[in-house]
Amino acid sequence: MNLKDIKSQFPIFKFNKNLIYFDTANSAQKPIQVIDALEDFYKNHYANIGRAVYGLAARATADFESTRETIKEFVNGTEGEIVFTKNSTESLNLVAHCFGKFLKEGDEIILTEAEHHSNYVPWHFLRKKKVNIKFIPINEDGEVEVNKLTSLITNKTKIISVIHISNVTGLTTDLKKIISIAKAKKISVCIDGTQAVAHSHVDLKDLDCDFYAFSSHKIYGPTGVGILYMKNKWIEQFEPFNGGGGMIQNVDTKNITYASGVSKFEAGSLASAEVIALKQAVKFVKDIKVKNIISHEQSLASYALEKISKFNDVEFVGRPSNKGSVFSFNIKGVHAHDASTVFDEDNIAVRAGHHCCQILHKKMKIGSSLRMSFGVYNNKQDIDAICESIKKCKKIFKLK
Amino acid sequence: MDLTELYHDLILDHGKKPRNFGKCNKFNHDAEGHNPLCGDNIHVYLILDTDKKVKDISFEGSGCAISVASSSIMTEIVKGKSEKQARELLNAFFKMIKEGQEIKKAGLSEDEHIKFSSLAGVGRFPMRVKCATLSWHTLKAALDDEKKPINSEIID
Ligand SMILES: Cc1ncc(COP(=O)(O)O)c(C=O)c1O
Repeated sequence: MNLKDIKSQFPIFKFNKNLIYFDTANSAQKPIQVIDALEDFYKNHYANIGRAVYGLAARATADFESTRETIKEFVNGTEGEIVFTKNSTESLNLVAHCFGKFLKEGDEIILTEAEHHSNYVPWHFLRKKKVNIKFIPINEDGEVEVNKLTSLITNKTKIISVIHISNVTGLTTDLKKIISIAKAKKISVCIDGTQAVAHSHVDLKDLDCDFYAFSSHKIYGPTGVGILYMKNKWIEQFEPFNGGGGMIQNVDTKNITYASGVSKFEAGSLASAEVIALKQAVKFVKDIKVKNIISHEQSLASYALEKISKFNDVEFVGRPSNKGSVFSFNIKGVHAHDASTVFDEDNIAVRAGHHCCQILHKKMKIGSSLRMSFGVYNNKQDIDAICESIKKCKKIFKLK
Repeated sequence: MDLTELYHDLILDHGKKPRNFGKCNKFNHDAEGHNPLCGDNIHVYLILDTDKKVKDISFEGSGCAISVASSSIMTEIVKGKSEKQARELLNAFFKMIKEGQEIKKAGLSEDEHIKFSSLAGVGRFPMRVKCATLSWHTLKAALDDEKKPINSEIID
């Protein structure tokens, strides 16, 4: 793929000429096609979706629904199993809340120590019902020790909810193994795929999990849209998550019946312009091809790891062997926030903190770290620039 | 702005070797402060004697160079001051950082004034203001006998 051309499709880099953006794991920048689609919808085609019969509304609804189709094809999902939410966090809250209704005192949930808070806090709420949460440990390298899963499972285990790709270490969980163990014991599986989509191949038919959550804004799409894939069996069995317009079938003063299918989980007016523009983000990714994105980001990650490793006072947060396009590190003797301020002076955007993964950071015995994550617009010069900035940082902090 | 104006020797020194670090003996006021976004934590301990003087003050915690240096410098300056002066100083500190207001020398020695003003540069880095103010907010909480940990994310 021609990188120069791709970067030029992102207006942010025109307005911020020297910006070096290493925070795609936090949120991806938007290609012009996505921005244009938002503008076009608001300027020329705007109407609320799903409610009215006039042409404008009908066309908007069709456009909205065709994004569902595009997403379904993109992740090889199944018809009628893609729900729109407001972000990945809401998708995971929906699963934990609705699945939680079926749980009783003493039932068990299994997560990993690598989870983002959004795949832990929603499950934590269920502890009020005396549901127990167990964690598959991570080892020193930050790898999820999937071989310990079997020993955590009991006849009370009801669901396993795990991260696909870590937003801190870049570790890729061995989902196939987890899902096959879970299947054999009839345990449901939920996957937080927020960092995986658009950075790795995601094939939901092949995975065959019960739930898969991700966010539009991390895959070059607009903010305010989350995606939740859930198996039809759960669409039928779950009680609604939110109540209101759009999710009902019939309402009278005594009884309410709910809409069937995904509508049951899409109460109220949705982020229609954003969902419609998300289609362009998926098209953008599909045009480049996921396999090209993987090889581009992997080669950048290897180059960055190699160059940054050369500094004798750099420590990495885990070194999982099977990693995506994200990794984190610290410069010994410089707090991550101080380093991030130094980088910022050179227009380099790097996130410092615990990245919403306190369990992982505590396990690794560090308070915070600097995270590097890559997108289609990054290149080797970006990495050379951050290495210069690390040198500067060492100088300011008087490190040898 | 040149970064060495932010990370100058005084800040680096206090950031690396914080003074009055640990729990002071027989403290009668204390409070905890957190900055959940950064993960910075601080616990301030102090002894307020019968005539309302800060007889001793110390802190524990972890954070970036700016938050540690700010805590360390704060303890050095506040030690020996009256409660009233301590409260005036913390208000002056917030004014200096957030409004760029220079602080009057009144009541501070030359050395204390230099240390106090050394943090003024943080005001030009809006994302780092919370790092510098956390310890001072926590001092206020300790003086007010605030039992719940304070959260600088909400205050600033
Ligand atoms: C692994 C992971 N899960 C979940 C989330 C939550 O995504 P969102 O903030 O879009 O809901 C993130 C985003 O930071 C993430 O990296």
